[in-house]
Order: sequence, then C-alpha cells, then structure tokens
Amino acid sequence: MSDFQSTISEEAVLQIRNLDFYYGDFKGLINNNMDIARNKVTAFIGPSGCGKSTLLRTFNRMYDLYPGQRAEGQILFHGKNLLDKKQDVNLVRAKIGMVFQKPTPFPMTIYENIAFGVRLYERLSRSEMDDRVQWALSKAALWEEVKDKLQQNGLSLSGGQQQRLCIARAVAVKPEIVLLDEPTSALDPISTAKIEELVNELKEDYTIAIVTHNMQQAARISDYTAFMYLGELIEFGKTDELFVKPKIKQTEDYITGRFG
Amino acid sequence: MDLYRRRILINQAGIGLSMVAMSFGLFALLWILWTLFSKGFAAFSWEFFTQDTPAPGTEGGGLRNAIIGSGLILFFTTVISTPIGILAGIYLAEFGRVSKFASATRFVTDIMLSAPSIVIGLFVYALFVVTTGGFSGWAGTVALSLIAIPVVVRTTENMLKLVPTSLREAAFAVGAPRWAVSLKVTLRAVKAGVVTGVLLAIARVTGETAPLLFTALSNQFYSTDMSQPMGNLPVVIFQFGLSPYDNWVNLAWGGSLLIALLVLGINIGARILFRQKDKR
Repeated sequence: MSDFQSTISEEAVLQIRNLDFYYGDFKGLINNNMDIARNKVTAFIGPSGCGKSTLLRTFNRMYDLYPGQRAEGQILFHGKNLLDKKQDVNLVRAKIGMVFQKPTPFPMTIYENIAFGVRLYERLSRSEMDDRVQWALSKAALWEEVKDKLQQNGLSLSGGQQQRLCIARAVAVKPEIVLLDEPTSALDPISTAKIEELVNELKEDYTIAIVTHNMQQAARISDYTAFMYLGELIEFGKTDELFVKPKIKQTEDYITGRFG
Repeated sequence: MDLYRRRILINQAGIGLSMVAMSFGLFALLWILWTLFSKGFAAFSWEFFTQDTPAPGTEGGGLRNAIIGSGLILFFTTVISTPIGILAGIYLAEFGRVSKFASATRFVTDIMLSAPSIVIGLFVYALFVVTTGGFSGWAGTVALSLIAIPVVVRTTENMLKLVPTSLREAAFAVGAPRWAVSLKVTLRAVKAGVVTGVLLAIARVTGETAPLLFTALSNQFYSTDMSQPMGNLPVVIFQFGLSPYDNWVNLAWGGSLLIALLVLGINIGARILFRQKDKR
C-alpha cells in the first residue's frame, strides 16, 4: 500500500501508525497509516463494513467500552500514543469529542445537555456557565432557535436541532478534534445542509474527522479523504485530487459508483 | 369452501373458550372486590381510624395502631430498599455486565424474588429477632426489605438495559466517567421506570403477612417505637379475621379493604407514571 502518500505536508494532529483492530478474533482494521491535518476536515468513505467507523472509534477509544475489542499500533496525539494503557481515557474523550449517527440528546434540559460535559472538567460560576452554554449553542448555529427554551427537555427538539445540540455539547468542552460518525444520515436535506455548513465553520477552530456514506458530502465538505475497503486504507489524499484523479483502481471504481 | 368454514368454526371455538376462561378469572376478581367493598366499607368509620385495636370482649375499637405501624414499617422499608436496590441494579446493568460476581448476584436475586416470604420471615426471626432479644418494628422492616430489594434490583437492571447503547456512548464521548454516565444520564433516562419498580415493590410487600408474624409480631397498643413489637394491618387482619368476635371480624374486613385500596392506588400511580414516560 505505498502507491500513495499516507503522510501530509501540513501539521498533523493525529498520526495513525500501523493500526490494527480486532473484534475478538476478527480483524477489523489492517495496518492503517495516515495523518489527520489540524484545522482541516478529513472524510472517511467506503462501503458498509469497511472499517471507517471502527477507525473513527479508535481515536477516542470508544471501543474500550466493549470487552473483546482491542487496537494495536499507534495513534499519536501530542507525541503520546492514545492507545497506551496508561492513557486516561476520559481525558482523551474530553479532548476528542464525538457526534453520532442518531441524535442522542441526554434526558435533561437543553441547558443541562451542554453543561453536563463542561462541569466534569471545569468549575465555572453560574454566569460563566451561562456564557459557555450560549457560546456552544451559537457555535452549533442553534442559539437563535433555542435561546427562549433552554429549560426545555432536549428531546423536545426536532431531529436536526437535536443533532446540532449534540455538536454544541461536543464543542462545549473545548476539544481539539471533533469526530462525526455519519452525522447527517438520519436527517432531512435541509438539516443536512445546515450541518455541512456548520462543519465548514467549525474547522476554523477544530479538527474534524467525518465518516460518511455520501460521497458528494465528502467531496463538498472535506479537505482530505480516506477511502477504505475491508479494513484497509486503500487511498488517502487531498479531496480534490482523490475525487478527480484517484491513483488506485478500487478508489476510482467506488467513487464512480461501479461497486460498493 | 369446506376448509374456509372449518377455519371459521375453529376460530369461534377458540374465542369462545378464551372468553370462558376470561370470565372465570374476572368473576373471581369481581366477587372478591364486591365482598371486600360491601363488608369493608361497613367497617369504615371515624373510630376505625382514631381508636386502637380493642381487647377481647370489648365493644368498638379501630385500627389506628395497626395503620400507623404498617405505615412506619412500609416507610422504612422504602427508605432502605430503594437506594440499595437501585444501586445494585446500576451495578448489574452498568458495571458488571460480564463479571462472574455480577452473574452470581443476578442468580441470587432471582432466587430471592421467588423465595417464599415465610422463609424470609423465619430467617429474620432466627438472625435478628433472636439475637436482638425480641420482636420489633425494625425486624419487620428488615424482613420486608429483603423481599422488596430484589424486585427493585431487577426492575432497575432491566430498565437500564433498555437504554440504547448510543445514549451511553454519547455520555462517555464527552469524557464522563462511568459513575457520572450511570447516575446522571442512563438512570435519568429510565427514571419513571425505576420509580415504577419501587412502587410495585412496595405494593408487593404491603400485604405480606407471614414475614411480619415472625418479626414485628403485633401490638395491641399504639406505639411508634420501632424497637418494640409493632401493630400492623396484615397480622391484625390475620388475627381478627379468624376470631369469634363480630367487631374484630368487621375490623379485619375494613383493614383488608384499606390494604386493597392502597395497593390499587399504588398500581394506578405506577401506571400513570409509566405512561407519562412513554409520551415524552
């Protein structure tokens, strides 16, 4: 797999090196190597079951919740290996936030949804917390819609609003990286457009890694794209180049719709 | 056509049989309720709630001491079994999904759920009443708690297991440690279900008689001292219902109706609460 350059010329916030992943005996990721560029959007595409979500879930050690799942290799973040047993998983997750496929508001008020994560790591006064909540909701382009109903249950919002609430919640703890795992696949086109717009704005301050089934979406919003197949990283590069002139036949077949 | 007629006949026969079975059960239930209401309501009076259980051969009397006693025992049972049951349920559902210790706990809880209450009464008698030197309200509370806790444990665990993995992962994803995920997110998501479980556990122990016979015994006089034998509705009903005195038998009916109404009230409350959760 050396037909393409797996490293990048820009500053890399995550460096994935020789990463293997196991679901019990099944090998879900095979020797993945790539960089995630700081303040850029990196998209992961590939057919279902290719390992793109699995890869994303290694970045914040989400797999740790499930006995039998394990990762081997290195993911370097500020020079330290995230996969290290000694690494504090909760701190990793506070630095590397995640938004899921289905909106998952916590069963509490909109305000508390945001404040929950913040309280775990910072001791803020009431007014500082108010400011933080407003800031996070504004970042997620939700403030105008919910500013008068912060005390309502988060579940009372529409699907698209719930998903933006989840993005606000992730942003509120001031992470460096935000992982988005098919964040728009359960949303209508208008909500999807809003989220895509949001991703574009968020990369000013954060690094974004997004898994998507939608190739147009990847082409629209990402700076780098990784194409995966059967647990392997087939091709990785600048989105413009990968979509226009893929170096590898499999990538070309996939993006032109000939398989997958 | 023949096959079609046959299918209709079988269908009608099936419906007919299940109607018979249903009316059998319903008839028994209505009969019980009707007897309970007609005989129990007659016993309800001002004295019923304000006077204590009468001595043999004396007129009148009420169930004040038994009502207060049952109330106290049930109150402390709730206070003890709710936190223990909920915390154990959280442990089983959130922390020990695959550990050996958890599956042992789960197994023991299941046995406790179906253990005859008289065995639990005898157990508390041998372990608590004999060692502390006498029957007491506390002993009754311990016995009822032992019956209520497994119910709370299992409902809490089952409710928490219904929480979608995605919600749990989302809570972990903001960097929350496991205790915060459990107490502040998942438990909150199933709050209504867990409260329902607690209510049903209380309803379950409200009418328990056997364990109280061995532990709280009974007390003819008004007492709020939990370290003394304590009057309670089920045991008074047991004693008075079998007595030759008319006023005692009357009081037993009144007490029975009171318990039935309480259990009914708790069940309705639990249902309303659970339905609200579904609506949200």
